[in-house]
Amino acid sequence: MVFEKLFFEVNPGELLFLRGRNGSGKSTLLRVVAGFLPVRAGTLTYGEEAWGRGDAALSEALVYAGHDNALKPVLTLRENLQELSRLMTGGLLAENRIAEAAEIFNLGRLLDQPVRYFSSGQRHRSNLMRFACLDRPLWLMDEPTVGLDAENRQALASLMKNHLAAGGMILAATHDPIGAEGREIDMRDFQPTATLGEEWL
Amino acid sequence: MSTSLSGIFFGVIKRDIRLAWSQGGTGTMALSFFLIAVTLFPFGVGPEPQVLARIAPGVIWVVALLACLISLDRLYQADFEDGSLDDLALSPLGLTGVAAAKIAAHWISTVLPLVVASPLLGILMNLPEEAYGTMVFSLLLGTPALSLIGSMGAALTVSVRRGGVLLSLLVLPLYVPTLIFAVGAVDASAGHVDASQPLALLGASSLLALAIGPFVSAQALRLSLE
Amino acid sequence: MHKFANPAQFNRLADRILPWAKAILAATLLYGLYLALFDSPPDRQQGESVRIMYVHVPAAWMAMFCYMVVAGASFTEIVWRHPLALLAGKAAAPIGATFTALALITGALWGKPTWGTYWQWDGRMTSVLVLFFLYLGYMAIWRSMDEEEKAGRAASILALVGVINIPIIKFSVEWWNTLHQPASVFRLDGPTIDGNMLWPLFTMAIAFKAYFVIVFLYRMKLEINRRKISVLRMSQVNG
Repeated sequence: MVFEKLFFEVNPGELLFLRGRNGSGKSTLLRVVAGFLPVRAGTLTYGEEAWGRGDAALSEALVYAGHDNALKPVLTLRENLQELSRLMTGGLLAENRIAEAAEIFNLGRLLDQPVRYFSSGQRHRSNLMRFACLDRPLWLMDEPTVGLDAENRQALASLMKNHLAAGGMILAATHDPIGAEGREIDMRDFQPTATLGEEWL
Repeated sequence: MSTSLSGIFFGVIKRDIRLAWSQGGTGTMALSFFLIAVTLFPFGVGPEPQVLARIAPGVIWVVALLACLISLDRLYQADFEDGSLDDLALSPLGLTGVAAAKIAAHWISTVLPLVVASPLLGILMNLPEEAYGTMVFSLLLGTPALSLIGSMGAALTVSVRRGGVLLSLLVLPLYVPTLIFAVGAVDASAGHVDASQPLALLGASSLLALAIGPFVSAQALRLSLE
Repeated sequence: MHKFANPAQFNRLADRILPWAKAILAATLLYGLYLALFDSPPDRQQGESVRIMYVHVPAAWMAMFCYMVVAGASFTEIVWRHPLALLAGKAAAPIGATFTALALITGALWGKPTWGTYWQWDGRMTSVLVLFFLYLGYMAIWRSMDEEEKAGRAASILALVGVINIPIIKFSVEWWNTLHQPASVFRLDGPTIDGNMLWPLFTMAIAFKAYFVIVFLYRMKLEINRRKISVLRMSQVNG
């Protein structure tokens, strides 16, 4: 996947939507920003610093939620969150913080159930809880609204608004309206136009 | 909250040990395989005590190696399939450190039980008494290399469906030196010969595997994230 | 670095080299076979079977040489992400595997009349066998993934780890072997080789190398064409 003439910036307190049909590269762009994919040409900067994959500074600045839920079915939701917290910070979460995060998405009574009994919607909401549990300035959200009903969508929107109000940044790939205000970029504008010629491998 | 790298490292080890011994984990499977596969040999080659004593070190080591191998294909694959590998790659510890922690967890949860069970199999295989100490010591010294080398293969095949067969093809040739040194040491003890030279070489191969294993694994895992 | 990644330039270079390589192959192979089969003397102890050496030894040399080509290409690919290097490793590996198999088979055929057995777990044979397995692993990884480049990079990582392993294997199996059978280490080289045998040996070695160059270049051209096709297909699907 190649982008052409792609330029964007996200400032503190700002939400940027990546729009475009399936296959237009929304997820790919998010994964580039998260450092999973190398930037072959062009630059990515965070503040003044260049943003390279595998940087500790990069991993301490962002939370990423992709298509897969990254939950271990044999562990309870609470244990899953604690494992995530320990992986990202080395420490455990306060119990009341977990309880609050669970309330946002109506998962309070499921906290001590193993995730393998969850429906796919419940798993997705469990995955979104990471945004309420980790303190990182930049949120990368890949299709966060998939499978959310109106009520949960509203909960997500208010969670995002709180984050923005606190000076956070959000990059969200979605085609649904979320309910939070933000700028938009359309991935169609950056499709490569030139076809590959004879001289290229 | 400030970040504690050692907290992350030991957190990953604890997490993986727990997952390995929970339902669907590989810890119990490898141990059962080890016990069952060794007991096949007396049926295969006949129960003469001298024959069994002669082949005991090799059989126990080869089967331990295979038991380790069958547990390896899930080392990263489970995390790859459910998306946790993304989180592991984003940990401030760095993917090399995470790989090192996961390898350590694999060794503790899956290989260490094999080492503990090995004297029992020594009895079944009529291993000469003088060789028990060296056998356990050689397993303790050499099996980390199996986990470390295997981790590279597991990371390379993480995105391959049914990668287990491919994994064996990649890893088994790399296991040859470890096996030779280890069995050389146990054989030497069984024959009342000084085993320190093969043991030193065994330790050296583990150290070399330690030097490259986590780093190469991390590079290979990065590939699967692309 | 990437200016050499231009396939058109590579094809021009390959087309310039190929006729020369073919001429060298024809000349050295015919002359070498004549020397090896008719001109050189039979061995005092081994008799006529020593002539297997003129295939066996160059094949073994090429087995190692091809692995170094694969490893060098892998290194270039990993460090500089050079697309032609990726293809070079893929092109060289099957040739190397074939030479390794040839060395093993001719070795076995030579071993039967000389040592009375097709196979001996001697240090050199064992390490060549492991080399063969490394080639198999490298090629298997290439075929295991849908995405060419990913597969190639994974294979490159394996090839580089294999480089570290080769001297260790060689060293360890020789040591292992001498522990068990100190008396039966056979030597193919050494001062016993006569000048009459050395000359055909080198001629055959050059012929083998020319053969490698020819097959390697053709395989590279093939891979480049395959890449072009897949790029075209991709642009048709996405366009």
